[in-house]
Amino acid sequence: MSTHAVLLLAALSVMLALAASATSLLASREPRILRLIAMPLIGFAGLAAVAAGLAALILGGSVTTTLPLGLPWMPWHIRIDALSGLFLLLIGLVTSAIGIYAPAYVRDFERGRDSLTALGGFTGLFLTGMLLVVLADDAFLFMVAWELMSLSSYFLVAFQHENAANRRAAFLYLLMAHIGGLAILLGFGVLAAFGHGFDFASMREATLSPGWASLAFALAFLGFGMKAGLMPLHAWLPEAHPAAPSHISALMSGVMLKVAVYGFIRVVFDLTGQLQWQWGVVLILIGSLSALMGVLFALMQTDLKRLLAYSSVENLGIIFIALGLALVFLSTGHALLGSLAFVAALYHAINHALFKSLLFLGAGAILHSAHERDLEQMGGLLRRMPWTGSFFLIGSLSISALPPFNGFVSEWLIFQAALQAWQLDSGVLRSLIPIASAVLALTGALVAATFVKVYGIAFLGQARSRHVRHARQGALGMRVGQGLLAALCVLFGVLPTQIIGLLEPVSAQMLGTGLPQAGAQGWLWLTPISSETASYSAPLTILLLALIAGIAFWWFVRRAPRRMRRRDPWDCGFAPPSPRMQYTATAFAQPMRRVFGMLFEIDESRPAFDDAAPRYRLKLTDRAWGLLYLPVMQAVEAASRRVVRLQSGNVRVYLGWTLATLLVLLWIIS
Amino acid sequence: MIYSWLIALFQALLYVALAPLLIGWVRKVRARLQNRRGAPLLQPYADLRKLLIKEIRVPHTASPLFRLAPYIVFVATWLAAATVPLVALDLPIAQIADIIVLVGLLGLARFFLALAGMDVGTAFGGMGASREMLISALAEPAMLMAVFTLAMTAHSTSLVSVMSHHLADGFLLRPSYLFAFGALVLVALAECSRIPVDNPTTHLELTMVHEAMLLEYSGRHLALMEWASQIKLLLYGVLIANVFFPWGIGQDFGLLALGIGLVVVLLKLAVLGLALATAETTLAKMRLFRVPAFLNLALLLALLGLLSHVILEVGA
Repeated sequence: MSTHAVLLLAALSVMLALAASATSLLASREPRILRLIAMPLIGFAGLAAVAAGLAALILGGSVTTTLPLGLPWMPWHIRIDALSGLFLLLIGLVTSAIGIYAPAYVRDFERGRDSLTALGGFTGLFLTGMLLVVLADDAFLFMVAWELMSLSSYFLVAFQHENAANRRAAFLYLLMAHIGGLAILLGFGVLAAFGHGFDFASMREATLSPGWASLAFALAFLGFGMKAGLMPLHAWLPEAHPAAPSHISALMSGVMLKVAVYGFIRVVFDLTGQLQWQWGVVLILIGSLSALMGVLFALMQTDLKRLLAYSSVENLGIIFIALGLALVFLSTGHALLGSLAFVAALYHAINHALFKSLLFLGAGAILHSAHERDLEQMGGLLRRMPWTGSFFLIGSLSISALPPFNGFVSEWLIFQAALQAWQLDSGVLRSLIPIASAVLALTGALVAATFVKVYGIAFLGQARSRHVRHARQGALGMRVGQGLLAALCVLFGVLPTQIIGLLEPVSAQMLGTGLPQAGAQGWLWLTPISSETASYSAPLTILLLALIAGIAFWWFVRRAPRRMRRRDPWDCGFAPPSPRMQYTATAFAQPMRRVFGMLFEIDESRPAFDDAAPRYRLKLTDRAWGLLYLPVMQAVEAASRRVVRLQSGNVRVYLGWTLATLLVLLWIIS
Repeated sequence: MIYSWLIALFQALLYVALAPLLIGWVRKVRARLQNRRGAPLLQPYADLRKLLIKEIRVPHTASPLFRLAPYIVFVATWLAAATVPLVALDLPIAQIADIIVLVGLLGLARFFLALAGMDVGTAFGGMGASREMLISALAEPAMLMAVFTLAMTAHSTSLVSVMSHHLADGFLLRPSYLFAFGALVLVALAECSRIPVDNPTTHLELTMVHEAMLLEYSGRHLALMEWASQIKLLLYGVLIANVFFPWGIGQDFGLLALGIGLVVVLLKLAVLGLALATAETTLAKMRLFRVPAFLNLALLLALLGLLSHVILEVGA
């Protein structure tokens, strides 16, 4: 297979995504087109992207081409290297699953009043945008694709616009996306000025002074970090992601955030050249903040989709911690360790794409059949929806970083990288990195608490409302879509050596160093640095777990008497418990709310003892709003109130201002 | 190769076999300290046997997960234990999982334990699960920090390397080890649901944590859950005994070395059991919201250990 096949497959993927968009135009006349043609086309686009990504990773090297589109003197450059290949693979895997899932999911909307054309059309454009960001090899195409991605996802967030909260969320998203886009554009401006060209090849050649490089880094971090939802610029994310239809939430949380990670890696690791360790420190600090605060907010949520969105903030924090470690190690000359942290970041990115999409699809399945997003109304869904329940369990175990699932492997790799901090010369870094790994450990434990809460409240126990009690199993396509992602979660957890073999070309191409030791002891053993330093064998862990479980089961079930009787719950001998007596999601999080209370703004009112109709009210607000967003908003409002004075309604005054501006601009240029 | 795997298997079985003995010993010592005669030393074995042959009663409201959980909890705990060197040092099974995987396997067990608590849909189960997750969320970072201190000293996260490093060092008193030791002891008390964090003998509704999650279990399910928690106690005991005082552990697979290793580890565990029983007799259980302060102390000790290692010992 030649390298041209990679290009053709990628082009096919983009074409299919555009075709999905185009066919959706007819959906306003014939609603079934969305379900029968547009959504499957999205799935095929995903498959083509998977093929392109795998081919690029396996063949290695890079292919470039130019498209006869764009500005006359600046055709669009396309380049697929290992990094693009990996992210094509990531986009493709999730999109394929969504292509299977979505037809059944969008069926609900056929009866609604919302425009199906908008849903299908913008989904296709959204996917096109993400694919083109990954393929772009010049700043111009990159920005066009980036804005296409941002704008089309804005329309998807605003899809159910009758709801005022959705409109508000969409506007906030649009605003933040544009501030971020502006920062990225300025960052490219810095690079282009030194590289004398907007294509990435000339930016790579440029040599920047440390000051300018740091400025480019800061702008890129601001722009991509805002899109990735890093604290404290995360406020849009928990509003926007839950507002979109669930399969779009999966695409946004699972894939779009990764595209931001891709952009960051591309600009910082590939284009800016000389890396500086101070950047790594910034990433580690902001990443730790996002990870910890993200999971604490997730733990406090009772809306399932909002909870998942906050958990995305946490996972992106983890990815950026790993990238920060990579920066620190690379800039201090520890190429192998830098490569380890870099691979860990990529591994976690792809893991998060898989399990977060899986969880969002699960939340969508619940929404579809029980019409419920509020955890406080759920309960007992495992028995109503056994397939969704089982897949959601796999997703929960994966995201909680428990062996032998995929989340564990990437966090294990990050810990292994962090534990090599003793090799650094600077005492500050040697102390900072272990403390960051303490934060990571705390985060991991809190994630487990969060997902025990989610799974225990939603899928176990008894139903807390009538419509949840009568929830029905989702359609076959929805189950298969989730099953595919769940299988991938298990696969990526059990075969880490092979997956790292797949990721290694990226690190080898970007950083010049792979992980030669990772699979040196055979496919069974994952030994990132050397077999003396650390080893983990996921296949053997699985094998032994299964073996012991089999023996234990045989011993206890076959040998021991099989009598078993059903009875009422004992519950310390009280009356048979009713669903209302169960622990609620709010109650579950109460101890953590008390322990970490100083980090939130809590407005709580308890009923009085003699209250006839007691009501408990709890409002938990993000402190970031009061500390960052409201002051900025007020400042903008105050400034605009001043500017309004110019608006006299007199045309001559306006013309005067125009002329004055023109003169000032001419004076600046000359 | 085969021989070493056989020894690993023997050691894994030893964990299952010895776990009830340790708990029996702790109970016996505690009874004597409280001027009671106490149950026989082998009572926990009899209890397990009784539970194993008893009929199982499962609540109407339970899902399949309720019946699956005891097996997963037991197996994950056992596998975690099997990777900790008990009588011999360089076993092949220790390569499967390093310290982080060990913490992960214990996390897997805890995840299913908490889910099982919530499955029936009673108030107590949810309460137990919520509290357990709070305690573990605070204990796990302290635990990882403590083992990271050891791992950074030995430049390896493998328990075997950590122990060999310590053995090769001789009796060298490192400040970081002292801090890590303190932290690990506090974490072990919390993770094994012992006084002062939780009271394993209580069935008073509002104070129980671990017991609240097991409230609906009976028969062999309960036996597996109890056994798993006994293995966990033994695991932490061995971890503390063999990591901080590795002397005596068998360094080759000769019968003499293994025999000495077994006797020595039993002696160490007896001393630890004595200390645990004494502590449980003299201390009172804390209120739930005092536990975070207790575990923060553990985290602080662990961090001090890590920092003293990074600052004092790396350059030296």
